[in-house]
Formats: sequence, C-alpha cells, structure tokens
Amino acid sequence: MSNEELKLSLTAHYPEMVFEEGSEYINIVVGPSNFRNCIEQLRNEAAWKFDHLFCLTCVDWKTNFTMVYHLLSCTFKHQLVVKVKLTDVNNPEIETICDLWKGANFHEREVYDMFGVKFTNHPDLRRILLDEDWSGYPLRKNYVDVNMIEI
Amino acid sequence: MNQLLEISFSSLASSIHSWLSSAIANATILNVVEMAIAGVCLLVFLVPLCFVLGYMERKVAAFMQLRLGPNRVGPKGTLQIVADTVKLIFKEGLTPNASDKFLFNLAPIIVVVVSMLVMAPIAFAKNFQLWDLNIGVLYVTSISSIAVIGILMAGWSSYNKYSLLGAMRSGAQIVSYELSVGLSIISIVIMTGSLKISDIVMSQADGWWIFKGHLPIFISFVIFVIASTAEINRAPFDLSEAEQELTGGFHTEYSGMKFAMFLLAEYINLFVVSAMAATLFLGGWMPFHIGHWEAFNHIMDFIPSSLWFLGKTFAIIFIIMQFRWTFPRLRVDQLLNLEWKYLLPISMVNIILVTIMAIMGWYL
Amino acid sequence: MSLLGENFMTEEGEFVINMGPQHPSTHGVLHLKVWLDGETIKKVQPHLGYIHRSIEKMSERLSYRNFIYATSRMDYLSAHINNQACALAVEKGLQVEVPARAQAIRVLLAELTRLQSHQLWWGCTGLDLGAVTPFFYAFREREAIMEIFEETCGARLTQNFCVPGGVMYDVNPNFQKRVKDVMQQIKSKYREYEEILTGNVIFENRTKGVGYLSKEDAISFGVTGPTARASGISCDIRKWFPYDGYEKLDFEEVVMEGGDCYTRYMARIEEMKQSVHIIEQMIDNLPEGDIQGKTKNVIKLPKGEFYQKVETARGELGVYIVSDGAASPYRIKYRSPNFSNLSALETMSVGTKIGDLVAIMATIDLVIPDIDR
Repeated sequence: MSNEELKLSLTAHYPEMVFEEGSEYINIVVGPSNFRNCIEQLRNEAAWKFDHLFCLTCVDWKTNFTMVYHLLSCTFKHQLVVKVKLTDVNNPEIETICDLWKGANFHEREVYDMFGVKFTNHPDLRRILLDEDWSGYPLRKNYVDVNMIEI
Repeated sequence: MNQLLEISFSSLASSIHSWLSSAIANATILNVVEMAIAGVCLLVFLVPLCFVLGYMERKVAAFMQLRLGPNRVGPKGTLQIVADTVKLIFKEGLTPNASDKFLFNLAPIIVVVVSMLVMAPIAFAKNFQLWDLNIGVLYVTSISSIAVIGILMAGWSSYNKYSLLGAMRSGAQIVSYELSVGLSIISIVIMTGSLKISDIVMSQADGWWIFKGHLPIFISFVIFVIASTAEINRAPFDLSEAEQELTGGFHTEYSGMKFAMFLLAEYINLFVVSAMAATLFLGGWMPFHIGHWEAFNHIMDFIPSSLWFLGKTFAIIFIIMQFRWTFPRLRVDQLLNLEWKYLLPISMVNIILVTIMAIMGWYL
Repeated sequence: MSLLGENFMTEEGEFVINMGPQHPSTHGVLHLKVWLDGETIKKVQPHLGYIHRSIEKMSERLSYRNFIYATSRMDYLSAHINNQACALAVEKGLQVEVPARAQAIRVLLAELTRLQSHQLWWGCTGLDLGAVTPFFYAFREREAIMEIFEETCGARLTQNFCVPGGVMYDVNPNFQKRVKDVMQQIKSKYREYEEILTGNVIFENRTKGVGYLSKEDAISFGVTGPTARASGISCDIRKWFPYDGYEKLDFEEVVMEGGDCYTRYMARIEEMKQSVHIIEQMIDNLPEGDIQGKTKNVIKLPKGEFYQKVETARGELGVYIVSDGAASPYRIKYRSPNFSNLSALETMSVGTKIGDLVAIMATIDLVIPDIDR
C-alpha cells in the first residue's frame, strides 16, 4: 500500500484518527488509553499486518513525552509511525507492547532507562544500559549531570 | 659397523652400576643414587624435548596460518621457548583465595609426574629402554589414566565454575576414549602375543604391523591416533580447556610455573602417545625393510635405530599437530557420540577380525 | 552444593556462570548470565552497558556536521555505513542533491566495508568454534581491503568519509586498480574458504540445526540483516528502500530458509559474493563530476522528523532525527541492528549446550559497541 492508500484505509477504519505532518511516513497520534487496542489492531488486521516494530523510542518535548513506534509490514512493506503523547511529565506511564512484539522488551527497557517512562505489565523493567543505581534519566531535557562539560 | 653405532643401554647401565658399587658400599644409598641418576637423565631428555615440541608446534601452526612464527629470539627463533619458560618462571604463581590450596598445588605435579612415568617402558633405540617390564603396554595404559585424576583435581580445587566444567568434560572424555585406545592396543597384543614392548618391537622385524596386519590393524592405527588425540586433550578434542567456551577450562586459574607444568605434561603426553603409536604400529626403532631386497635392507639398517624411532614419532606428532590447526572443536555430546557410537563399536568388531586373523595366521 | 561453598550456586541450587564481560568469545564486553543444567542452557540474560557512551545524548550537543563521526564508534566494523546513514538522514532534511559520483563512491566504500566486516566475521566464527587457522586466512584478504581504506580515507577502521551532501574527498588515483586486484584475490580464495571451514564435517555438525530461529520469532524480535534473511525474511533495505543508487545496481537479495547457524553462515558467505558482484559492476563505471552537493557551512534542518534506514553488515540501522530547527538535533535515536538481534539470543540458545551458545553468538555476528551505543 502506498502512503495515500494507507491513509485512506486508516481513516476508513478510524474516522477520528489524528494525523501529524512533517515526516516521510504517515504519523498517527493515539491517546494512551486506546493505544494498546489500536496498535494490536494495526498488527493483526489482515489489510495492514504491521508485524515488524523496527524502532521504538521516546522524545522529550518538555511539555510531554512522545512515544514513537515505527511499524513496518513485512508482507506489504508499508510503514507507519504511531505516536502517543504522555502528558504527565513527572510520572509518564504507558502500557507495554512486549507481549505483541518480543523485541519491544529491550527497547522499552532502554526507554525506561533513558527517559523514565514506566511500562505497565512489562515483565522485567530494569535499567538496561546504565547502572542499576544511576539517578535520573539522562535523555530527559531537564537532566543535569554535574560531571558534564560543555565543549 | 652398525653395531658400533648403537649404544646399548643395558651395557651402559651395568658399567655405571659396577663403577658406582665400587665407590659406594651401602646398597640403599647406591639404589638412591642410581635412581637419582635415572631421573636426572629423564629430565635432561624431557626438557629439550618439550622445547623442540613447543618450537615445532609454533612453526607448524605458523606455516599453516600464513605466518612466520617465532623468528626473533636466537637463530630462527629457536630460543623463543626458552624465553617463554624464563618468563613463566618469573611470573607470580597465583593461588586463588577460595581454592583448596593443597590440591590446587598438587594437581599440576600429579599431571606431570604421571606423564613422565609413562616414558619408562618406551624403547628409544635398540637396547635403549629405561625399564623393559613384561607388562609394558598394560603399564602405559594404566598409568596414563591416572592423569585424569590430576585434571579433575585441578578443576575441582580451583573454585572456578569454568574449571569445574572443564574438569568434568575432561573426566568424561578421557574415561571414554581410554576404551578405544585400549582396544586398539589389544589388537596388537593379540597379534604379538606379548605385552612386553621389546617383544612387540621385535615381532616387527620382518615388517611393521601396519603393513603386515592388513586392514584391521590399519583401522586400529587410525582409531588409536584419533582416540589418543582425544585422551591427551588436544584439539579438536580439547573440550576440557576449550578457550572460546570455558576460557581455559581446568587450568583457568593456573599461572606461572604451575601453568607451565600443564603445558609440559601436554607435550610429554603428545610425545608418549606418538611414541606408542610408532612402537605398536610402525615398528618402533625397527628399520624399514622390504622382503628380500638385501641391498636396500642393508642401507636401511645403516640408519641408526634411534633416528628411526624419533622419525616415526615426530611424523605422528606432525599429523596430530595438523589436526589441531585445521579442525574446529567438537561439541561435548558429539565428542561422546563419536566414541560410544562409532569408535567403540568399530574397535570391537575390529578386535574380532584381528583375532580371526591371528588364529588363522593370515599375516605374512 | 555446600561442597563448593555458598557462592558457587544460587539458593535454588542453580549453576550460574557469567560469560563475560571478559571472555574470549563474547567479542568485547558483552556480559551474559547463563543458567546451566550440566552443560545445557536453561536461561540466558544479557547484561549490557559496559561501553555505553551515550552517543545519542552527545549528538544533541553536536552540530549536524559533527554528529556523523560519533557513529563510526558504534558498529566499528560498519563505520562507513553508519556515517552514510547519518549523512543520508541529514540530506533528507536538507533535500540536497547528492552528485552521482559521490553516491557511487559511498556505495563502493559501503560494499567494501560490508566485505571486510564479513571477512572478520568469518575468521571469528572459525575461531569461536575452535578452528584458529581460518582467522588468518580471513585477515589476509581483509588487510588488503583495509589498505584501500587507508589510502583513500586516511583511516583503516573509522573512515569518516561521508559529509552531508557527498563525500569528503575524491578517491585515491590508485583506488580503482587496487579494488579490482583485491576483488580478483577474494574471488580466487572462496574455494580455500570452503575447504577449510564450510565443508568441514565437524563444522557442519557444530552448526547445522543449532540455534534455530523461526520466521515468526525473527519478525517479532525485530531481527534484521543476514540473521533474519537466513530465517526466510526478505528484509534487505538495499532492495526494499533503496538509497544512494542501489536501485540501479544488479544484485540479489540473499534469502534462505533454515534459520539455523549453518544457514546464517551460508547467508553471509553468499552476501560476500553479492558484495563482490556489486563492486565489480561499479568500479569500472565511476561517474565523473562533483563529489559534494551544495550545503551551507552551518547546517540547520527544518522542523520535523527524518528517518533513514540503511543496511549495515549486521542488519538495519535506523537514524531517527527529530529537529526543532536549530543547528544541532533535538533528539537522535539510533536503531542499531545488534540491539534487536541480541534480544533473540535467548530464544535461540535455550536448550542448547555452552558450545552452541558460542556458535550462535558467532553467527549472529554481535558487535558490542553497537548494542551499547
């Protein structure tokens, strides 16, 4: 499916879908409450079959944390970006998807490690790259490290 | 002429004995002194032997791997091993804190002593044998199996999980492969009718067993080489020290001279195994003879018997070294499969063939 | 249990060994906690981060010209391809035209990089399985490629040859001749490779049927690169989402069914042959012209998000740039192939032996700095 077709079929299925411009991919913005249902449908629906989660990350926009899921269908080779805005900047929380994509496990742990986003129902939510006793979440924009030197 | 070239060990020993007994009156002291002399002679032989083998291994490996090998220390790098030994001597012999210190230090000694003991009945040349006992091959097989105790001891006492795994692997491996080694030795014993090494060598005066024993003995020879490579823990059967899996296996925690002793034992074992293969299958120090070609046989006789023995031994050592540098390592279950599912049944059937051959006299 | 002391086993009586961070076959500082039952693996847990340098955080303070070179240190064996991915992502934002000659040079260097990376992998696979000799054979050819890099880029490992808009300099005058010589040399050595490792009975026993990864699992874990293609997934970025003129080249995507170590091994060997094929069809028709497109000294990307994926020697590298219009990226995410490939390790290795774990790690070709970033 080309991007236009994909957009059409998405709007047909979800009339109130919010699209975001400014990227080569189709970006859809989903609320945290129905995110889990939506992404499960995207994965399982025969017309879309987004079975390959090739990137999972988070962006700190200071007012919110935006979870970014890049999806690809191995059968149709169409791609989609799902975004979820987490507005509670002090205690961001989202449901895990690592039961849908096993590979999401490590990526979610990385996001937890770097941004402090809590993934509910994650089986093994620990820091992955940093030490267990590290304080703070380095990729947050308000992270201050006393040892950091401006070059 | 030929007789002059051969130094008879027994005559040498008896002359030393008579000279010493004239100097020392006490029989006990005399015994001790003679033993010390024999031990020193063995050491004087073994240390250069290990240097030669170490150098040879490096050079063989290097030439197989598009490298030059050691070429800096001494002429053509021959003294590299000496330099390495000096380095190992000066290194700290670390003993892990949590280890069983007595066993930890005892293990390398046991391994080395066992491998040295096996040298005793080997016939290096005509009439040149340290101890020609009448159960020579039985002695070799039984003593060499003690080495596994040393390895298990090393693995167990190191207090290291890798060492323990390596020692366990080694135990399973040596105990299994001993069967095949034993059975292929038995095939020669059946043909010869004697366990005495000098008898086995003499029985090959009219042709080496590998030639006159036809296919069954050849199969025994191949099995012997494979199984004894496994028994001395050399690649592709070096599972007990599998560097890429167990970081060194049973000798992970050893350093300095204690590590060097394991290395020494490995080389002595390599020599002993090859010497046994040469003695049992390739005629030991017996020269190569062809039927009634008197002139040819005479020329062959002219080559000293010690050269024949060492030549054969080193040829087999070379083959075993080539194994090491060409094959990947087996997995532990495949290793045991190879022994229990292939080598052992083949050897058993082979023994029956050899027995039939011996009874019917179907050899030369 | 108590025979060996309390620290030797866990309270549940499990035998746990820590493979790494210093271990001969973890290729760097990977730390695997392995639960064993005798020799059989019950559970594997990777512990990462021993060389985490937070390249993503660093890049947020670097300019668009500078952040490219930090990525050479991620997957150091695919350094040029990493740089290429970043340059492409920046070019996507700037919408700058890359001259044909620059594209060709990039692709040539990328394929040479892939070739040398697979050469090193081939040698290390032999080494991990206990065969030392292949390593030296592999390095003979790899060294020739490294010398080409040295002559053209000035560096052997971290080439840093890509800039936004093209490449930094033109290639060395000797480049074409030397590349052709090396390709001849490599083609004449395939037979040697097959004799020493591929056709070896022990090698086949060690790899066939070991470390099976099903197609479904591979997709679910986000496994990419030769590892995924050996499980039957067609996922070559060069074919499906071509960049830098790969669409004009004639090469085959190596997709194999099997999913075991041996298939992964064969997939990489075939990929080496395809790389040689690509290089040979390009080397004689290097287009003439500029080597850099027009870019400003201080690059500022427009507001937006730019995602570029490329095929490194290990799989799909994604560079995700979020720009707020400033002179340095607002957020950069590197989707590194090894990070996802590693997560499939446990599925592949449970139930196998320790020796198999080493074989599996060798055939998924891990580069640890790429995992930790």
